[in-house]
Amino acid sequence: MSRTILVYAERRDGLLRRVAFEALGAARRLAGEGGSVHAVLAGSGGAAEDAAALQARGADVVHIADDPTLQDYAPEAYLAVLRAAMDAVRPDALLLGHTAAGRELAPRVAAAYGAGHIADVTAIEPFEDGGDVGFIRPLYAGKAFERRSFLPGHPWVVTVRPNNLPPAEPQDAGGRSGGSVQALTYAPPQLWTAVRGLLRRAGGQLDLAEADVVVSGGRGVRSAAGFEPLQALAAAFGGAVGASRAACDAGYCDYALQIGQTGKVVTPQLYIACGISGAIQHLAGMSQSRTIVAINKDADAPIFSIADYGIVGDLFEVVPLLTSEVLRTNQQAN
Amino acid sequence: MPKIVVLLKQTFDTEEKIIVTPQGVDEREAKFVINPYDEYALEEAIQLKEKLGGEVIVVTCGTERAQEALRTALAVGADEAVRLDNEGLGDDSYAVAEALAAVISPLSPDLLLAGLFAVDSGSGSVALQVAERLGLPHASAAVKLTLGTAAELGLTNSVQAAQYALIERDAEGDTETVAIPLPALITAQQGLNEPRYPSLPGIMKAKRKPLRTVTLSELGLGTGARGSSRTQRAALSPPPPRATGKQLAGSPEEQAKGLVELLRTEAKVL
Repeated sequence: MSRTILVYAERRDGLLRRVAFEALGAARRLAGEGGSVHAVLAGSGGAAEDAAALQARGADVVHIADDPTLQDYAPEAYLAVLRAAMDAVRPDALLLGHTAAGRELAPRVAAAYGAGHIADVTAIEPFEDGGDVGFIRPLYAGKAFERRSFLPGHPWVVTVRPNNLPPAEPQDAGGRSGGSVQALTYAPPQLWTAVRGLLRRAGGQLDLAEADVVVSGGRGVRSAAGFEPLQALAAAFGGAVGASRAACDAGYCDYALQIGQTGKVVTPQLYIACGISGAIQHLAGMSQSRTIVAINKDADAPIFSIADYGIVGDLFEVVPLLTSEVLRTNQQAN
Repeated sequence: MPKIVVLLKQTFDTEEKIIVTPQGVDEREAKFVINPYDEYALEEAIQLKEKLGGEVIVVTCGTERAQEALRTALAVGADEAVRLDNEGLGDDSYAVAEALAAVISPLSPDLLLAGLFAVDSGSGSVALQVAERLGLPHASAAVKLTLGTAAELGLTNSVQAAQYALIERDAEGDTETVAIPLPALITAQQGLNEPRYPSLPGIMKAKRKPLRTVTLSELGLGTGARGSSRTQRAALSPPPPRATGKQLAGSPEEQAKGLVELLRTEAKVL
């Protein structure tokens, strides 16, 4: 079965997000042999490079909406772009990242186009030609998984959780006919939303939801200064720092870093929990990480029950040693 | 004096133990609560009413059991409650939003409040689909909310309206300040407020407050084989079990060295 798929290639601070490539990879698989993959890019300026990156990774047509009103993110402005792209492409499915923007745009597009919405997808099951496509998604804060599918006769809207689906890789130039880039005709809407300010609280670090490595601290970190060794370890890995609710409640760090049922959900390749006991609230935000390391003084801490590797010990002793060991390994690899 | 409609959902308490079977969650063992994010929305509605007057109507979609959640909402200060009976309604955000929009539309709220998402399904889709159907603007993940006129809030929005909402919202960890005209949907993020508990007099009063039930056929919506559902659950399963972890032994130096070695050779993340 071949399908026409539209991907919302989300940018953040003028850069294409990795989840856009993950959605593109899924789109390529869903489109099938004879299908086509379209991507829509929105923003103000600088789209040519991103369009080339999308084309190199399998987008047949890239639609660009370039307008000064897209400089700041306002949902209705970006919705107008998505509607114009939906009308131009008339896709069988629209794929977006399950990000702050994707989470609020997808439902509105679904309602406007009579489409179904399957949200926060972590895997797409291999499907036979013509068979049902199964979308796997976590439920009940990760305590269960459901396989959900679309009923026939209507378009699909799917949001995919960052860091879970394999990203589209650059393809052999000879293998595919080069795609095209088109300007998307759309009327900038009257803006409901007036953006009055943006306060950066995450310290400008890598987006937690997209980081490959997350080093996270809990109550055991004991103070704001206690996060410094964790930052050093995260830097050695090229990762990001997160925190448990307890650490945020205690004022050791900003709520922007909170990982859990409230806060962010992360699924990095490597999650290192330092001084985190492992309350259910926290596990909901990280239990799907590929490899989990726990460092805790308390050998009975629940975090050890889901950890792949555990170190019972003092994080202030162990973390700096880990950092130098990682740096040493990095050096050897270079 | 604003008329505020709060969308709320009764959910499993996901912080309690949940027993998952292929047929669904074992409800006999589950504890039911108001979805925590909806509690923030409800609390905000009540605080706005205390400050500005007006009324708060809570709306839910669910089985008869969901009336417990509505009674709780009435006990903490809501004035009126409506339950959309989910008999004949698919477990699908499109179908639920269609029916809820039909319930809410005649109420013509000035403000529609809902939680950012429900902790059971985790989609965060229904409230936004309702807003789309009602033609309302929205702001997601509010951590602070103020209502007022353009002059009171010092706004220069391009859309003219009698009342606006000034919102501080959580945007992936950053805090964005936006203003939107009312009527609008605003979804609540943790940090918006501290929800109160029902008081004994509140619980007594709640018993006399109006609580009505609406069915799909009363809304003129077909129940058909699958109604308006666009998606369906094919299977439910517990998460795949994780292999038992390894405990690293030795001195801190040996533990650090051993861990990095395992991350490199076994987990292949380095």
